[in-house]
Amino acid sequence: MLKKRVAMQDIAAETRLFNSRALVAMLIVCTLFSIILVNMYNLQIRSYQDYQIRSEGNRIKVLPLAPNRGLISDRNGILLAENRPVFSLELVPEQIDNINTTLSKLAQLIEISEEQQQDFLQQVKQQRRFNSIALKERLDEQEVAIISVNLHRFPGVTVEARLSRHYPFGDLFTHALGYIGKINTDDLRRLDEQDRLANYAASREIGKLGLERYYEEQLHGTMGYQEVEVNNRGRVIRVLRSVPARSGKNIRLSLDVGLQLTAQQTLNQSRGAIVAMDPRDGAVLAFYSNPSYDPNLFVHGISSSNYNALLHSPDRPLINRVTQGIYPPASTIKPHLALLGLETNTVQPDTRIWDPGFFTLPNSDHRFRDWKRSGHGWVDVYSAVAESCDIYFYDLGIKLGIDRISDYMRQFGFGERTGIDIHEEASANMPSRGWKRARFNQPWYPGDTVPLSIGQSFWTATPVQLALSTAVIVNKGMMPTPHMAAEFSSADSTELVNPGLKPALNVVDEENWRIIADTMVRTVATLKGTAHTAFRNSSYSSGGKTGTAQIVAIAQDAKYDADALDERQRDNAMYIGYAPAENPTVVFAVVVENTGGGGSVGAPIGRQLLDYYFSAGVNSDE
Amino acid sequence: MNNAMVDPAQRSGRLAAFHIDLPLLLGLLTLLAFGLVILYSATGQSEAMMKAQVIRLGIALAVMVGVAQFSPQTIRRWALALFSLGLLMLIAVLLFGYVGKGAQRWLDLGFMKFQPSEIMKLAVPMAVAWFIASHNLPPRIWHLFIGFLMCAIPTLLIARQPDLGTSLLIAMSGVFVLFMAGMSWRLISFIAVLVSAFTPVMWFFLMRDYQRQRVLTFLNPETDPLGSGYHIIQSKIAIGSGGFEGKGWLQGTQSQLEFLPERHTDFIFSVLSEEFGLVGVIVLLAIYLFIIGRGLIIASRAQDNFSKLVAASFTLTFFVYVFVNIGMVSGLLPVVGVPLPLVSYGGTSMVTLMAAFGVLMSVSTHKRMLANV
Repeated sequence: MLKKRVAMQDIAAETRLFNSRALVAMLIVCTLFSIILVNMYNLQIRSYQDYQIRSEGNRIKVLPLAPNRGLISDRNGILLAENRPVFSLELVPEQIDNINTTLSKLAQLIEISEEQQQDFLQQVKQQRRFNSIALKERLDEQEVAIISVNLHRFPGVTVEARLSRHYPFGDLFTHALGYIGKINTDDLRRLDEQDRLANYAASREIGKLGLERYYEEQLHGTMGYQEVEVNNRGRVIRVLRSVPARSGKNIRLSLDVGLQLTAQQTLNQSRGAIVAMDPRDGAVLAFYSNPSYDPNLFVHGISSSNYNALLHSPDRPLINRVTQGIYPPASTIKPHLALLGLETNTVQPDTRIWDPGFFTLPNSDHRFRDWKRSGHGWVDVYSAVAESCDIYFYDLGIKLGIDRISDYMRQFGFGERTGIDIHEEASANMPSRGWKRARFNQPWYPGDTVPLSIGQSFWTATPVQLALSTAVIVNKGMMPTPHMAAEFSSADSTELVNPGLKPALNVVDEENWRIIADTMVRTVATLKGTAHTAFRNSSYSSGGKTGTAQIVAIAQDAKYDADALDERQRDNAMYIGYAPAENPTVVFAVVVENTGGGGSVGAPIGRQLLDYYFSAGVNSDE
Repeated sequence: MNNAMVDPAQRSGRLAAFHIDLPLLLGLLTLLAFGLVILYSATGQSEAMMKAQVIRLGIALAVMVGVAQFSPQTIRRWALALFSLGLLMLIAVLLFGYVGKGAQRWLDLGFMKFQPSEIMKLAVPMAVAWFIASHNLPPRIWHLFIGFLMCAIPTLLIARQPDLGTSLLIAMSGVFVLFMAGMSWRLISFIAVLVSAFTPVMWFFLMRDYQRQRVLTFLNPETDPLGSGYHIIQSKIAIGSGGFEGKGWLQGTQSQLEFLPERHTDFIFSVLSEEFGLVGVIVLLAIYLFIIGRGLIIASRAQDNFSKLVAASFTLTFFVYVFVNIGMVSGLLPVVGVPLPLVSYGGTSMVTLMAAFGVLMSVSTHKRMLANV
């Protein structure tokens, strides 16, 4: 009994103790659950926004879509730069049971090099298994056909097409169009500075040269994007939103394929440049530098052997001779100087000069010779230009002085970039006293003015500057801005390019401008004119001026003998011209390096250009 | 007094005959049903996995009902034997165990692989309770020492496997018995001090590199967002982005797009939080609280000390699982690899848990018979 009573007491105390412990336990449970709830409240209510954003950031990826590059066509809509599909053989590893078997079977169908296979297998290791990986790029048509026919045998194998830039005319438009190439770190930095980098997220290529570079912004277009939902491995689950890319603007150029081809043919194997433009608005009709090269080589990355061949070729094909070729203008600038003489009343239209075949400065016995050793006899401004008399201009140059010549010629655009729509342009050099002081730390001597008066010595010009100065003459002092782009068009708008004319020269007497134009017509039309032979029996009227630039100085009494000189030291043939004589619609400049005289080489090329120009009616519709 | 607080289960003759505690059963079934709903989403709507889980649930429920048929006296008689068997198996694991995932936890019995630590989850509290209840309460310091020893031996064996998380939970289930038995608060404080002193020892001598890494990651997950911090960061994003109402069932982007790792096992709570929001969290916690409350009520109404102690220990251990899992996925605790009880996908732990609830049901429904003795 006693034992049982004690046990009973124990049970009551034990139950009390246990229940109190159970209560404590329950309190602890509730406290800890409260802590969980407070934590949940912090995560789900207070920090909801933050985690919501991070959750969206996890699942939503923005995939950029590259825009199609704008097309470039000539004035008649003939495509000069287009986007062609190129095909590549691609495999999705996760859809292929045995990659090695598939590879060897594919290699039986078309040629796949060991290197391509190794590259591919390397990519398979690096990329995610659902990504498509290229095995062979740029398949030819036959390969595409073979693979396409057998595609059903190869699950997970596809032929993918993407657009690639192509220049159908090859080397014909290279220096005008330039080319596009892979975006490099310099391009990235420049894009970043211009705040345009974001637009290139999906783009692989960028304009590297010429119009492709100058009008990169218009041609590139605007990137589109897809907002996609991805899982933790980056696989796209679904497309949430899609904003299509906007293609770049198409550009219609003022260049003419036919005239361009004529330019190429006439230059033949010679180094040189031809540029033609409409003086009324500066629209460039032909723009050709010889030798040229195939821009398509650069689109997919040029091989180093090809590149070195271009870079080290003695003919220097990479130089854009139209805008970067720096040549002594030679006699082509005689009309300009004659105009300055008339406008300043230094000479009158009927002022006559005796040309004995040489010219000497006072107190000097140095003889500056005429190209015609016997001299031209009595010459006035008409015959001086038409027959290209050097003595008349030596005399005129000395009378005008370097300051007036330099100032006036600068207004014609010499020594300045013309502002044509490519970046590769040189300003060449219009010398002055200040220039010579800065360059050589020497004063300007009258002996410097004499050769300058026939466009030699320090005076240099680019072909496009020569053409532009011709436009200024026929426009009576009004200067256009040369431009190759004529029209930008997109799906919903068309924009014409017309930079307009600006007054470049102060006109004293309009009659003087008519006289100068007349001297150039006489160059072509009169029997003694230096371009008369070249333009005999032409069906149209035109004006022009020949030039023959000496590359090496000829010793005092030596005679220029082309055969005795190294090919690269022979004279450059120059010719500037315009047509028709009344209301000209085209001006042009021709430079042919190391071939001979302006009259014998330059003018005939001008003739062929104009023959084509008029027979094809290049810009007659305007 | 007993008559005034008659249990509904006792009134229900049919259920009583099967030794089923109705409130506990309803609580468990609600939890399991809710768990299946979450699991369907968390497995990426995998019917195969759902089927496997339902089969496991069936087995686990059967085990629960089966265990409930044994009276607490029977269970008490078997406690020591089960404990001894468990100890032998743990030693066997260390000697001949099957190595998986860098840890030696499995015993290959030929027809199945078996984790002896699962037995110890039940055997340790049962054995400690058997020992403590065979003396008067509160236990004397001498008895407590034996009790601690009974916890410590299996704990150290399991820690050697190494499975620190499970070993600590098993130690805790034994300690709960001692706590409920009335271990003095003074001793509890003393042990708390001892444990904090022991922490550096554990850090430097007992913990493996990956365990230390887990703790370091826990302390600052953002330092290693792509490595070991990834789990916890993605889990917190899932929970936080669920907001108040959640993104909707099957609509959780973190879980459906698999940014959330281990989404159907350890991190299933994050799936719930993302898709059902704070509302879902509160509902789940309420269900758990109900089950725990019911467990403690069953314990306090039990008529012998062994039943009380075992029931309370099982209930509190169940709570610890819940707390540790939720704490770890929400960034309160380091990631220790404890599943959310009765919700996470997986077999062994579920069967063990339901066996424990079987014991609770036995305690709850065998009272009258005991009283009649």
